[in-house]
Amino acid sequence: MSSVAISERPPEVSTDAVDPDDIVAVPLRHPWRWVVAALLLAAFVTLAVSLWDNENIHHPTITEFLFNPRILSGVVLTLVITVIAMVISTVLGVLIAVMRLSSNPVMNVMAWVYVWVFRGTPLLIQIVFWGYLGLLYAQISLGVPFTDFTLFSIDTNTLIPAFTAGLLALTLNQAAYSAEIVRAGMLSVDQGQYEAAYSVGMSPTFTLFKVVLPQAMRVIIPPMGNETISMLKNTSLLSVIAVLELYTVATQISSQNLRQVELLVVVSCWYLFLTSMLSIPQYYLERHFGRGNARSLPPTPIQRMSALLRHTRPVGVVEDPTNPAQVVTKGAHS
Amino acid sequence: MTEIVQPAPVPLLSARKVRKSFGGVQVLKGITLSVNPGEVMCLLGPSGSGKSTFLRCINHLERIDGGRISVDGELIGYAQRQNRIYEMNPREVAKQRRGIGMVFQRFNLFPHMTALENVTAAPIGVKKLPKQQALKRGLDLLERVGLADLAQSYPAQLSGGQQQRVAIARSLAMDPKLLLFDEPTSALDPELVGDVLDVMRALAADGMTMIVVTHEIGFARGAADSVVFMDGGVVVESGPPSSVLDNPQNERTKAFLDSVM
Repeated sequence: MSSVAISERPPEVSTDAVDPDDIVAVPLRHPWRWVVAALLLAAFVTLAVSLWDNENIHHPTITEFLFNPRILSGVVLTLVITVIAMVISTVLGVLIAVMRLSSNPVMNVMAWVYVWVFRGTPLLIQIVFWGYLGLLYAQISLGVPFTDFTLFSIDTNTLIPAFTAGLLALTLNQAAYSAEIVRAGMLSVDQGQYEAAYSVGMSPTFTLFKVVLPQAMRVIIPPMGNETISMLKNTSLLSVIAVLELYTVATQISSQNLRQVELLVVVSCWYLFLTSMLSIPQYYLERHFGRGNARSLPPTPIQRMSALLRHTRPVGVVEDPTNPAQVVTKGAHS
Repeated sequence: MTEIVQPAPVPLLSARKVRKSFGGVQVLKGITLSVNPGEVMCLLGPSGSGKSTFLRCINHLERIDGGRISVDGELIGYAQRQNRIYEMNPREVAKQRRGIGMVFQRFNLFPHMTALENVTAAPIGVKKLPKQQALKRGLDLLERVGLADLAQSYPAQLSGGQQQRVAIARSLAMDPKLLLFDEPTSALDPELVGDVLDVMRALAADGMTMIVVTHEIGFARGAADSVVFMDGGVVVESGPPSSVLDNPQNERTKAFLDSVM
């Protein structure tokens, strides 16, 4: 009898009805959160207003110079230096990392010494050093060592102008840091991956490029994104050897019109804009090298937005019938 | 009446007095055994007995300290030129390994490649097979292990049993003469073991020469032509499964079989 009575009334699935067993309670209040938030907002507004109303900042100068052709050419040079230095330093970094992990003791020690020297001295000093290389070697010549035979000889300042010196300094310094990041990435790959690659007849070099590095990339890319942002900002140090990048151009302009603060604001706006732009390729690189790591890739921001516009669930999320959360939301919508 | 004398088969694998130490501890104390073409040999023994180490020596993942191993008449890790024996360089070792497939306990699939890419990476990259041909062969192999519909899945999307079957397909893709299995079912949930063992039985029935380190006594009894029991770095007992498994002579073999069955 009782079993019949139960089957007459289907079990409630609706979440709207209040079950007498559910607790209805006053939620916990957080008054101090409101106080702190209000104080922070007040401080921020005060600061913003003080900057906006500051008589010492001539706002029209900022808008005037934001897209000044000289500033724009500085932006371009900054980007060019960043890209070239990052690309070459990454290749060098992989090479040094492989040397450090090799079983040849000489290679090993040389790689260690390289990292020790370039990581252990200030970047600013390295830049000045390369800028004044002519003081150390007036001529650079190629020939047979310890003999008088020379193939060619060239004036150092002709061979290495300021731009090249700056590029050299940033690249060689960055390679030391990149090498350590790449090495960490390679060490994160399981030993079983090497064994599996060797067991199907792959050579050590093939294994490095097809099996180890692609997996190491997942670990390498986030810190390399950081390094790229550092590099972009460190190009401003090249002003000490008069490379005409963004910051050098700005100081030249402000030394003429004496609007130092305004031009610093212009420069900061550009650096902020460029570093923000750099996070876009990093996101897609991380996504690319993260494939196979998660069961399904998260949707890209573009996919997310188009999904929002179409009012459907984002592409890429696989509907899982065993996931109770998804089943419940589906039921609630219908 | 003249009797036709069958010539004794030339063994595909022959190991003589193989010795190997790790930091002063001798793990293999002179292993001598041989496997004929088409034969399935199961290596049994307690953990630490040196079974896996011996298997890894066969495809030179470990360098042996003494003795010699040859597969199909070729010394492993050494090349013979004009009566002299030279140590092989990594490239020559890699070439030699193409003829010897290996399946690992923890699958070791390449996580950044799909199942099909895992199977075709070495044929395309190492053997320089035309891509279309390699892909077709890869799909055939995945079909053979019952996973043709999961060719585009990444390892993380597959169950343990499916991953291990992809790993078997990957090792088959290089057309090896010899397949080594290092405890292929030990990392699997019990209900997934059967699928992998079925694939291995099918391979054995097709005439593949296999050396299997396993704790699956049932598989050894059903599929193996010979069983070798190892303990403490030496071969304690060997012979057909009917004698080693059902009528063990050595006390250590008896004790081990009692504990696992």
